[in-house]
Amino acid sequence: MDLNDLTTILPFLIVIVWACVLLLVDLFIPREKKGLTAFLAAAGLVAGLAAAVQQLGMQAEGFGGMIVVDGYTAVLHILFIGVGLFAVMQSYDYIKRKGIERGEYYILLLFTLSGMMLMANAGDLIVVFLALELLSLPLYILAGFARPDLQSEESAIKYFLLGAFASGFVVYGIALIFGATMTTSLAGIVAAVKTPSVLMLLGCGLFLVGLGFKVAAVPFHMWTPDVYQGAPSSVTAFMSVGAKAGGFAALLRVFVTAFPEMASYWAPLAMWIAALTMAWGNIAAIAQTNIKRMLAYSSIAHAGYILVSLPAAANSVVAPEAIRAALFYLISYAFTNLGAWAVVLTMEQAEGKGLEIEDYAGLGRKKPALALAMAIFMLSLTGMPPTVGFIGKFYIFRAAVDAELVWLALVGVITSLISAYYYLRVIVVMYMKSGEPQTRSEGWLNTTVVLTALGTLVFGLLPGLLLEFASQAQFLSFIP
Amino acid sequence: MIEPKIILTLVTFAPLLGVLLILVLPRGRHNAIRAVALGASLVTFVISILMLLQFDRASGDIQMVARASWFQLANVDIEYFLGVDGLSVLLVLLTTFLTPISILSTWKAVKERVKEFMIFFLLLEIGMIGVFLALDLFLFYVFWEFTLVPMYFLIGIWGGSRRIYAAIKFFLYTMAGSILMLLAILWLGLNFDSFSVPDLIASGSIPSNIQTWLFLAFAAAFAIKVPMWPLHSWLPDAHVEAPTAGSVILAGVLLKMGTYGFLRFNIPLFPDAAVRFAPWMALLAVIGILYGAAVSYAQKDVKKLVAYSSVSHLGFVMLGLFALNSQGIQGGILQMVNHGLSTGALFLLVGMIYERRHTREMDAFGGLWKVMPVYGALTLIVTLSSMGLPGLNGFVGEFTILLGSFGSAAIGSQLFAGFAAAGVILAAIYMLYMFQKLFLGPVDKEENKGLKDLDWREIAILVPIIVMIFWIGLYPKPFFELISPAVDKVMATLQAVTQAVR
Repeated sequence: MDLNDLTTILPFLIVIVWACVLLLVDLFIPREKKGLTAFLAAAGLVAGLAAAVQQLGMQAEGFGGMIVVDGYTAVLHILFIGVGLFAVMQSYDYIKRKGIERGEYYILLLFTLSGMMLMANAGDLIVVFLALELLSLPLYILAGFARPDLQSEESAIKYFLLGAFASGFVVYGIALIFGATMTTSLAGIVAAVKTPSVLMLLGCGLFLVGLGFKVAAVPFHMWTPDVYQGAPSSVTAFMSVGAKAGGFAALLRVFVTAFPEMASYWAPLAMWIAALTMAWGNIAAIAQTNIKRMLAYSSIAHAGYILVSLPAAANSVVAPEAIRAALFYLISYAFTNLGAWAVVLTMEQAEGKGLEIEDYAGLGRKKPALALAMAIFMLSLTGMPPTVGFIGKFYIFRAAVDAELVWLALVGVITSLISAYYYLRVIVVMYMKSGEPQTRSEGWLNTTVVLTALGTLVFGLLPGLLLEFASQAQFLSFIP
Repeated sequence: MIEPKIILTLVTFAPLLGVLLILVLPRGRHNAIRAVALGASLVTFVISILMLLQFDRASGDIQMVARASWFQLANVDIEYFLGVDGLSVLLVLLTTFLTPISILSTWKAVKERVKEFMIFFLLLEIGMIGVFLALDLFLFYVFWEFTLVPMYFLIGIWGGSRRIYAAIKFFLYTMAGSILMLLAILWLGLNFDSFSVPDLIASGSIPSNIQTWLFLAFAAAFAIKVPMWPLHSWLPDAHVEAPTAGSVILAGVLLKMGTYGFLRFNIPLFPDAAVRFAPWMALLAVIGILYGAAVSYAQKDVKKLVAYSSVSHLGFVMLGLFALNSQGIQGGILQMVNHGLSTGALFLLVGMIYERRHTREMDAFGGLWKVMPVYGALTLIVTLSSMGLPGLNGFVGEFTILLGSFGSAAIGSQLFAGFAAAGVILAAIYMLYMFQKLFLGPVDKEENKGLKDLDWREIAILVPIIVMIFWIGLYPKPFFELISPAVDKVMATLQAVTQAVR
């Protein structure tokens, strides 16, 4: 290990070291001033962001190929840190109000973020596993952060059990792959596999299952609604975007760069998973009356849309665009979904009140700006122009059609139509039903809502900049 | 004169100025908000007139083009590409003409949430004009889908008792068609590396079997919007539940987006498929004409009657377009405008009586002529126009369409024209039946005796439409002159194909 190695992981290093430092600093911050930790955490993230921006355009390997830095990494790092900043912003008022403002909250957030970032750096399956655990463990704790609230504890234990189970799949998969190729490095696997053995295919399948759990793809999604509903809403918001993006970071990189030889095996599988995920997520969401559960199913459905990029990327000609489309979708989803959750956080009242969709009745009259923002988010999740959600879907479906998966794109658009029904219902309740919703106004939450709504709309109208940014996401090529 | 490069951008986005102004106005100042909305829509109308003055009527080409790269997606330029030609110029004018009229009609009808109403209305205008001017498929799709949102709110917030059901049905139904079109657009963009409609037409090399699929995908979106039988079931709900101004725009402009789509995209982009599908489209159109007429006759609610009559009238437009000859298409375009004027006016008239009596049941009226002579006279003119009386606008359009379809080689049989002509007679039956129920006979209901006749505002709303009704009816030449060069161009595209086929 030399200095060069360290520079390759600089953004990750900044975030995780800062998290460790904060752990100590936090001891000296008095209980009633824990909000300070939020600002310190944000400062660390901004430093990490600066380092990540520096790495844009960089192509390097470190730690003997365990770590890779490429456009894909940099774009994801910036996305993760952005999500982290929004998460800090929207948690600030919320956890104070909920009475769970403890310093560890932000520190755990930084740890899980560093896990996501490491995921984008992974050039080796061992690093993938390491990152996966670093991502997951703090999230388990965060899910149960509202203790002694029973729902939150239930959420944490469910998430932990199923998450551990999923990690098991991943490790087992890695072990089999190691057995088949005698290596865990992505570059090594590509070199070793010419004709895939049964062992290799099994490992590959288990790996897909494990990560399928993480990104909440059908049929590995069972935990999602319960965990999302029970966890503190600010954690759910972060989880639904960040953890999902973390899972996809590994999924896309590993399958596209390390398993291209086996594409004819995993592509059909991924295709069916994507189709099922889009369909089931959207259909099940229709029946929900609780906004957190509805958004949980919605996030399952969106995992399906992102997954469309994976079978498309199995076609090596389409792959670069498919990867960009997936990252663009993740970014657009981050804006939209964080915004929607910020509205949920604003509307949530003490003891879990204000979380039914019906509680939003009359919001259009009482808080026109907040309702407008929510309407924009709902339309963007549906994929209506002129929001960024539309561009995202257009890009993803384009990749599918390009890879001659027209039927998958067809499933995508039809399920979008189904989704319009339940997203519209939120708008119906807000604008077309009368009621006296309980609302509040909190500075940082409002800022989050405004920023995300602007992002959703502006990048929907002028997506050029964001598309250019996503187009930086290129894999470091292993094949000479 | 305005620089031709920016005039279309101006006409599209002028209403946005009104939106921004209204946003800063305080919620309670209803009259100021209404005035700003009306002002903005009038400014838009004036700009559209300036556009007309610069329009070169001798040319069939796209004019006043505004074209710039919007953004790049996967190395394909998606363009901000606006342009106007004979196919769209009248529809843009129709939109800018009907919008201020509709806004003026809401003065008393919309008393709640005036601010939001006007914002949505102006946003809707942007979307509609954009649809008629956009020549990049992606941009077109954005405008096309965008019109759904404000209309959805207009129906859902200010509509009648079943407004939520109607609004959601409208939204989902329309979106269902659009998503198939989206896939077709994606396919075109991928295979030709361009979303620009003129470029795609010029390349003209879409294989015949693929044209079939693309034609059907585009047709799904447009046929629902028109609506063609049997995809019309959203229409009565949306029209009846929408507030008056919403119904006017819905019938007057939004439905034309469907027929315009067929004309702008389906026929020139997929001429081969268009020729093959022409008899089927004609068949559906004629079924629509007869079905719409029959169902109209059975209605007891005036607004429902007018709503179903749209199915019938739009059937004529579709028949004209898919006659695929010069007369048919010209008649179809003119009839789009005519229907916008007559049916728009009918909805306004229905709205006026509804504001007075809060019912639209025909049985609740009778003998209104004696009580409200001005109202009666104006309604008579519009009714006659809608049923196609010679001397009024409807006749010109329907007659040209019938001529076109009678001599059409593409649809193959003169039976279509024959049945469509029967539709004209049916229109006379249900329209006159309605008129008789409302206006003739004794004033036998106590509530009707004290009804006030139209006031100056209501007359001012109707007079411009009536003027247009007479103008097109008596001297349609300038309108045909606007249309015909562009139609000739479409015909040239079509003839190239039919000759190749032979």
